[in-house]
Amino acid sequence: MFLYNLRLALLSLKRDPILTALMIGAVAVGIGISTTTLAVYHGMSGNPIPDKSEQLYAAQLDNWSAESPFKDPDEPPTQVTFRDGQALMKAAKAKDQNLSFTTAFTLQTDKPDMKPDLAQGRATYRDFFSMFEVPFEYGGPWSNEAYDNAQQVAVLSHEENEKLFGDTNSVGKEVVLNNRRFQIVGVLKHWAPSPKFYDLNNGSFDDPEDVFVPLNLVSSLQLHNNGNNSCWGNSTDNSFEGHLNSDCVWLQFWAELPTQADRDAYHDFLDGYVQEQKKLGRFPRPLNNRLNDVMQWLTYNEVVSKDSESLAALSFMFLAVCMLNTIGLILAKFLRRSGEIGLRRAVGASKAALFRQYLVETGVIGVSGGLLGIPLAWAFLIGVRHLIDGSDHYARLDWTMVSVSLVLSIIASMLAGLYPAWRVVRIPPAIYLKVQ
Amino acid sequence: MQVHPILAALRQHRLSSALIALQIALVCAVLCNAFSLIGNRMSLLNLHSGVDESSLALVQITGYDPGAAADVNAKVLDALRGIPGVQAAEAINTLPFGPRVANAGVTLDPAGQHLGGVINFYVGGPAAPKAMGVALVSGRWPAPEEYGPVTSFVPADAPAVITRVLAEHLWPGSAPLGREFWVDKYHFRVIGVMDHLAIPAPNGGEEKDPDWSTFVPGKPGGTLAGSYLLRADPKDLPGAYRQAEEAIQKALPDVVFDQDDSGMLPDLRHRYFTPQRTMTGMLVGVILALLLVTALGIVGLASFWVAQRHRQIGIRRALGARRIDIVRYFQVENFLIVSFGIVAGMALTVAMNIVLIKHYGASPLPAIYLPISAMVVWLLGQLAVLKPALQAASVPPAVATRSI
Repeated sequence: MFLYNLRLALLSLKRDPILTALMIGAVAVGIGISTTTLAVYHGMSGNPIPDKSEQLYAAQLDNWSAESPFKDPDEPPTQVTFRDGQALMKAAKAKDQNLSFTTAFTLQTDKPDMKPDLAQGRATYRDFFSMFEVPFEYGGPWSNEAYDNAQQVAVLSHEENEKLFGDTNSVGKEVVLNNRRFQIVGVLKHWAPSPKFYDLNNGSFDDPEDVFVPLNLVSSLQLHNNGNNSCWGNSTDNSFEGHLNSDCVWLQFWAELPTQADRDAYHDFLDGYVQEQKKLGRFPRPLNNRLNDVMQWLTYNEVVSKDSESLAALSFMFLAVCMLNTIGLILAKFLRRSGEIGLRRAVGASKAALFRQYLVETGVIGVSGGLLGIPLAWAFLIGVRHLIDGSDHYARLDWTMVSVSLVLSIIASMLAGLYPAWRVVRIPPAIYLKVQ
Repeated sequence: MQVHPILAALRQHRLSSALIALQIALVCAVLCNAFSLIGNRMSLLNLHSGVDESSLALVQITGYDPGAAADVNAKVLDALRGIPGVQAAEAINTLPFGPRVANAGVTLDPAGQHLGGVINFYVGGPAAPKAMGVALVSGRWPAPEEYGPVTSFVPADAPAVITRVLAEHLWPGSAPLGREFWVDKYHFRVIGVMDHLAIPAPNGGEEKDPDWSTFVPGKPGGTLAGSYLLRADPKDLPGAYRQAEEAIQKALPDVVFDQDDSGMLPDLRHRYFTPQRTMTGMLVGVILALLLVTALGIVGLASFWVAQRHRQIGIRRALGARRIDIVRYFQVENFLIVSFGIVAGMALTVAMNIVLIKHYGASPLPAIYLPISAMVVWLLGQLAVLKPALQAASVPPAVATRSI
């Protein structure tokens, strides 16, 4: 039965090629554009670490000035200070926790002809790698011993290792960072979480850092923060140590809290810590600590740009216009064939059979439009990746998006064809049999 | 031209007319909002930075020992000034479209009670003001002896030259010269007002206006190091910038030339505004596609109506209607439907705008875009209905005499 309907539908569509092309074209363009913006939105709002996103929490402590909040209306800073971060790491009240910040290095190897280069680095505790499930290709993170002895060790990213050592096992070799020798203890596999949730301060969709070093080298090597540094109050001590002890925020602190009970307990711990600090004269503002899990953190930092939201909304209205167009054209097409419908009804076709026939016809239009729309979307996304810097991570068409857009085109065209099909099978056959 | 018969006839196909009107309404709403978004971006793209962009380049280096800053500055500035074609070189913390390095909240009183807002600080050496080419509206630039040492991100106590917009914001209606402002304990006194000087990241930071910046003098050395401006005649600038990297590499072999943050100002500006340009391009593309799809829809539906009313048109022609009357009929009919659509569309746009303002903090739509979209849509409708109308006009009167 269905094949029969299909054959009739294809015959009817072939009879008026221009109209058919118009209808399929309208659906294809509408689906193409909507899929493109939906893919971008989906990519930007995706979960970078789905199996753990509800257990990792970014902590915020409100150590800001009494006179004005860090951000209106009453938001605490999005980073922590050095002394608070170290205190929280030492207390170790969560299942796991990590403190880190981004820094820049001049990098050289022992190759004589290599010019010094700039590398993005991250100074961190070794918990970074376990908490954020960072995969290693060779070696592993530095040992606790190496950390406690303040050894100069480093972990390289996959891309950096490829650039310097041609993708070989470089564990044990040395790299020169800021004119100091570091021993490589590990090399990562390709790892690029999108968005770069653990540090949203400078480019949410940038690649991760090239080299990771232990955080406790910050003092001995005078590692300067290369990210965002915000301070309040007057620090009379402009020295490096003074900066470490100040109320300037420039580090990212994450805690792993598997259950809700853990989360509540840790929140209480943070409140307790701040109360203690208040006794020492710090934290002039009222208690305002926050714990946001990964997705909440991404929303809080407005990672999905307003632009892509408005573009997505606009393109859905565009799809609506295309579908209205299609409804009008389908209605016109069906009404034009009133004579044929009258004849079929007179010969004994039930309303249901005809209704089914016309639904199949609109379904064919929808599926063709959808199938055409997907390569269109793919082409548009190539354009988007070309035009927008750093959009390589999220401007992609994955299988979820392809199926979503196909389903969307079928549903939309079915809805579009529903009213015209219903309207046209209700026509009393007699009228159209009399006069042509 | 009788409108009533046309309206009466429209009642015959209420649904199709309603479909077109609904489509037009949505198109109107989309057009209004898209125009508004494009308008915002165009005004940003035309930003007046206040400096001689085509003559300037920003050079940033890293990997030097902060303790030897004065020495590094001297070597770099010597190397840069020695390049043929370079008219001036000076240490400056950043330039418009360069990296954001020094913004801070200012207060209008030493106790820090009256907040003025977050502004950007340009800290530069003695040759900087003239090299940047910024125009002064009143007051003066700092004198050579006012360029003191800088040990933090800004000098501790210095004269300041602010922009007109900032002066109007901090002290509305009164003369800004001689006024003072503070960043915690750091103190600044206004000695001059400049026409424009854009912040490094217009529309990208906490500053409420792209012109919220100030220039304060600093002696090269201390923390004012590693970042320099280069001035040359526009046709010499590319060559001079290319030679700058080699010259610095020769003078200081261990230092790294920061490729990402350095560049000629026109290139930095182009790179900074690429997202805006892209968004504008995409919006224009969506608008054009939308108009095309709507036009084709109107053509399709109008052709269908012409075919449906074949007999009626023939009868009218037989009774004496001229061709032009038939064309007019279809044009007026289209005009009426599109007008209904536009009215609904305007209501929809205003309603959407109110919702967006309340929940997204968007800015209200400038009223000018409503009549502009209406004009565009009316024109579109009339152009689209032209072909079916002309086809209708060519129906011969003899059709009325046939019974088929």
